[in-house]
Amino acid sequence: MSPMSRRKFLRAGLAATAGVAGIAAADRLAHRYGLIPPDGGGIYGPGETLNYAAQRLLTPHAPAREFPRSMISKTPFANAVAPQSDAFKQLQAGGFADWKLTVDGMVTRPTEFSLADLKHFPVRRQITEVACEEGWSYIAEWIGTPLQGILHEVGVLPQARYIAYFSIYPDWWDSLDMSEALHPQTLLTLGMNDGDLPVSFGGPLRLRVPRQLGYKSVKYITRLTATDSMKKFGKGLGSVEPEYGYAWWAGI
Amino acid sequence: MLGALCYSPHVSAAGSPQNSPTPRHGAVVRVTHWLTVIAFFALLITGGEIVISHPRFYWGEVGNSLTQPLFTLHIPSSRATVPTGYNYVMPDQNGWSRALHFQAAWLVVLTGLVYGIAGFWTGHFRRDLVPRRGQRTWHAFRGVMGKTFRRGPPDAAEARSYNVVQRATYLIVIFVLFPLVIWTGLAMSPAFTGAFPLTVIALGGRQSARTLHFFISGALLLFVVVHVAMVYLAGFKSRMRAMITGRAIAEEERP
Repeated sequence: MSPMSRRKFLRAGLAATAGVAGIAAADRLAHRYGLIPPDGGGIYGPGETLNYAAQRLLTPHAPAREFPRSMISKTPFANAVAPQSDAFKQLQAGGFADWKLTVDGMVTRPTEFSLADLKHFPVRRQITEVACEEGWSYIAEWIGTPLQGILHEVGVLPQARYIAYFSIYPDWWDSLDMSEALHPQTLLTLGMNDGDLPVSFGGPLRLRVPRQLGYKSVKYITRLTATDSMKKFGKGLGSVEPEYGYAWWAGI
Repeated sequence: MLGALCYSPHVSAAGSPQNSPTPRHGAVVRVTHWLTVIAFFALLITGGEIVISHPRFYWGEVGNSLTQPLFTLHIPSSRATVPTGYNYVMPDQNGWSRALHFQAAWLVVLTGLVYGIAGFWTGHFRRDLVPRRGQRTWHAFRGVMGKTFRRGPPDAAEARSYNVVQRATYLIVIFVLFPLVIWTGLAMSPAFTGAFPLTVIALGGRQSARTLHFFISGALLLFVVVHVAMVYLAGFKSRMRAMITGRAIAEEERP
């Protein structure tokens, strides 16, 4: 081996070692500061982790854009959902008077809320955009109560790291990290454009997460669970979407 | 013993007089070029796949299947909710396409950062890409274009350095199209635009950003097609060798 190539070889070796050590150090730091999303493994794990970590580091508290009333869409698009179950139809026939939101898990006071109970919490109205990962979007006014108030009411324990949320549909659930769950715009939504939230848009109760794409705003919410790990739910990827290839963190 | 480590009478191949003493393309340029090639094709394929889930384009902030599109691609969609005129719904590949799209976007952004910093640091931009003093005229530009279309033989200098059309094109791709495609991409992110609202307002809204992203991607694709065609016409083997090993070879081959 000539000196030239030996020097090159040494330099490349040093660079590679530094690179591997750097990635290992970054990985440890990322774990310590909670920058790894639940779906941070697998071949797309590096990209998901970079997306999520960049958001956590650069824009943890930024609000989603809100719009003037004049920009509310005349033709909001209600995405297709599967036909409703008999249980849902029964609740609907009763005007959703018996709809219950169960809040449990790592909380001091597990509670069941009716829709009437939720209406006693402070009301927030926000005009935000629903942006679907497919590309389309619309703007509407969403009326409800910030999730943070409910979490405060039930006394979420400090070791809780995620809020998992479940639809009346058995295979439709998702989760948020605590900073997203406590974000003032994360809204338990009961109304839309000055009326009740229509069933086609997720009524009677939808969790609107306007800093993320539409699919994080799960419709027909019946249960919230505070947890320290998403490993216990489904395939442990944080929500049902990653099981179909979609990202858990959907801010991009 | 020490002497053997520090001195060798054998001259390594890279420095031998038969080959050019300075490489045609530096190591950073070559490595970042091929990483960008990988990322670009991943972005192109997954970007196309994402478009298929809603092949309608709009202008302004919002747009959906119930609003008037700016234009529509007449292809089937991977969603039954999109009115395409076809009775056929393509398989949904949007999940992994989006994941790979962003992973490849990170690769191209990080690669671009390395390339950009190295380009200023080493004088690559100044030396290789900014048109030389004598080249900065329409006359020189038209001369190169004319000769290219007549398929005249390249100047001897063109095996060693870029002509003015190449320089202008590469500068536009590197400093205009890539930054624009990254910007318009980020302007579709609800989290990013929440933190930096002007990035989407300046483009006219989220749907405008999406439409612009589509056209800028098209411009980049057009560049790649012309680029590969020109590499083929200039001598595919020698140009590929130069971009892989760094070494230009003396005689030009013609296909």
